Amino acid sequence: MNSQSNDLLDQPHPSADHLDLLEAEALFILREVTAECRHPVMLYSGGKDSAVLLHLAYKAFHPERIGLALLHIDTGHNYDEVIAYRDRMAERYDCQLHVRNVEDSIRKGSVRLRHPLESRNSHQSVTLMEAIAEFGFDACLGGARRDEEKARAKERIVSVRDEFGQWEPKNQRPELWSLYNTRVAPGNHVRVFPISNWTELDVWQYIQREDIELPELYFSHLRDIVRRGDILVPVTHLTPANQGETVETISCRFRTVGDISCTAPVASTAITVADIIAETTQCLLTERGATRLDDRASDGAMEQRKKEGYF
Amino acid sequence: MNPLVHQALHTETIELAQNQCLSGLLRFITAGSVDDGKSTLIGRLLYDTGNVAADQLASIQATSQKRGLAAIDWSLLTDGLIAEREQGITIDVAYRYFSTARRKFIIGDAPGHEQYTRNMVTAASSADLAILLVDARKGVITQTRRHAYLAHLLGIRELVLAVNKMDLVDWQPSIYRSIVDEFNAFVSQLGRHHVQAIPLSALNGTNVATHAEAIPWYDGPSLLEHLESIPSRRDADQTPMRLPVQRVVRVMMGNGANGATEKEFRGYQGTLASGHLHVGDEVEVMPSGQRARVTGLNIAEQALQKASADRSVVVSLDREIDISRGDMLSDPIQLPRVTKGITADVCWLSEQPLQTHGKYLIKHTTRSVNALFDDLIYRVDVNTLAHEAAPESAVMNDILRVKLKLQQPLFVDNYSDNRTTGSFIVIDPVSFHTVAAGVII
Repeated sequence: MNSQSNDLLDQPHPSADHLDLLEAEALFILREVTAECRHPVMLYSGGKDSAVLLHLAYKAFHPERIGLALLHIDTGHNYDEVIAYRDRMAERYDCQLHVRNVEDSIRKGSVRLRHPLESRNSHQSVTLMEAIAEFGFDACLGGARRDEEKARAKERIVSVRDEFGQWEPKNQRPELWSLYNTRVAPGNHVRVFPISNWTELDVWQYIQREDIELPELYFSHLRDIVRRGDILVPVTHLTPANQGETVETISCRFRTVGDISCTAPVASTAITVADIIAETTQCLLTERGATRLDDRASDGAMEQRKKEGYF
Repeated sequence: MNPLVHQALHTETIELAQNQCLSGLLRFITAGSVDDGKSTLIGRLLYDTGNVAADQLASIQATSQKRGLAAIDWSLLTDGLIAEREQGITIDVAYRYFSTARRKFIIGDAPGHEQYTRNMVTAASSADLAILLVDARKGVITQTRRHAYLAHLLGIRELVLAVNKMDLVDWQPSIYRSIVDEFNAFVSQLGRHHVQAIPLSALNGTNVATHAEAIPWYDGPSLLEHLESIPSRRDADQTPMRLPVQRVVRVMMGNGANGATEKEFRGYQGTLASGHLHVGDEVEVMPSGQRARVTGLNIAEQALQKASADRSVVVSLDREIDISRGDMLSDPIQLPRVTKGITADVCWLSEQPLQTHGKYLIKHTTRSVNALFDDLIYRVDVNTLAHEAAPESAVMNDILRVKLKLQQPLFVDNYSDNRTTGSFIVIDPVSFHTVAAGVII
């Protein structure tokens, strides 16, 4: 063989593995948006996808501190430990944290509930749009992924929203190569999804590789639940057991963490990230199929929410 | 085709993969209409590799039954929007993900009907490989040629000719071979490609994810075997180094304690578009033409000795040079062209026709400049590949050879040499829409 082949054999393999490529793509997107947009912000919920995004932002800006503020739209129905985790992370990464409450939109009348215990998840869109107007954000970065849901598979990485926050799936900008068009008319903004191309498994593998801290809810713990069909509903003050239902204490974890009223845990004994990766590899159900009380309403539930300005 | 030739081709591919970069990620597109079985093929690939979850399968089984279908309608898996499901059409490019023990795959799935050129160009721009589907009963049709041309235009050099519905022609080798010969004859006119032809049945899953023992005359790989073994972006690693600067970082290092002086750290953030960069390498900064040596390559705290194409890094240099976003670090021996005029093949993407006297914005790497369409040389008929000279304007889905005049210089390579420094998008400065995409000739 010629000398070139020998060279190749002697050197470490030049190709990057898939996590390196996904990371590089996300860093590129984060840098493009912060270079081109006037007032970008990162939506931060304390969930695993936003934990990964915050870590990526740290790597994108390094050695500068993260040049983005964080925005959390708090439904008031979050687990205390997630809120504590959120505040801890904002402090650790030295980021300014803005919190806007759905409760305030309810008080103002821009959000109206049908009944007091109704899920506030879809109402976040209203509070988010109010916050965007208040601060004048022109770009909102989020941790949504295309593999989460069929409507999300059609979403661009940089996606234009009008002043009502509407997503128009039929009227999206074509997105080619890695040439992102971040320009918008005044009053409009872009939603940016740097981890669009990541799957649930990629996220867990990256969390393991980078040793990213997560709220304890993601790991196996004992919790009171009731079984409704194939869903495990956590017993909380917002989702109490109905009469006649049997409350069980089981070992479980959350695959997605959001509003208490719409996320359900899965039975699990995984106590480490490696355990979770093993379970994810073998899992037969989609991330949302097993755990979301809101996407089950209909096949188009996510698309409908997105059209209304949901992330 | 001689089965030995198939065998030889496949062996060669595997050796290439081992000696060159077999990355953990392969991006490919599927081109073909619903009738060719494109959705079925994608559904099969996902299902047979264990990438369809039980709740997804149950949901599409139920819908298929409700519609009175005998078999599962796999398009239900990929059609994501309400209107698509209601009307049974696909509206937009969708991205799908699946993985095997060997590799992660990203599929750009472009719909096959109206606006096809626009959607396929979009999906193809980031793909390493294209699967072109042909119905064995129909053979190579106009659409097949159009797809091959567009894949070629967007720089895809790995083509898979998937001859589908072979079960409906009783797996007759003569039919398969004549399709392959006709396709190869056409594609060789376009330029150099590597073509892997694969006879298969998407509906039955024959030769998709599992090797078909039942076809004695075919010794080649199954579709999945081929996708798992071909190298991805083997070009980007071997082309001259280019690093478009995204952001400039300036921070004070050291805290001034114990009399130590604070020192400003200056770094240049960007993604390596091509080639390799080592600590100690000399680079030339475009457009100033000044040279410097690389003193550091970092991904956050991680200090690298070497970075390869596609990595996002922070570069520090041995001296202070005025560098800002939109500048480019380049291999000093093989420089890009610095030019205020480019010739390009452009695909018009917007419903608003081209305004020949209007000013447009061009985004090329991390640099945006004003531009005018100086000359419309010809339009390509994507069905016949014939050139229509001197078109008046351009409408959506048109492909044109144009000359552009730029207000500021760009640092460019030919698209055939470098997909990052050879590509650009055109932005309307009034609506801010992305109205066209171009590849530099």
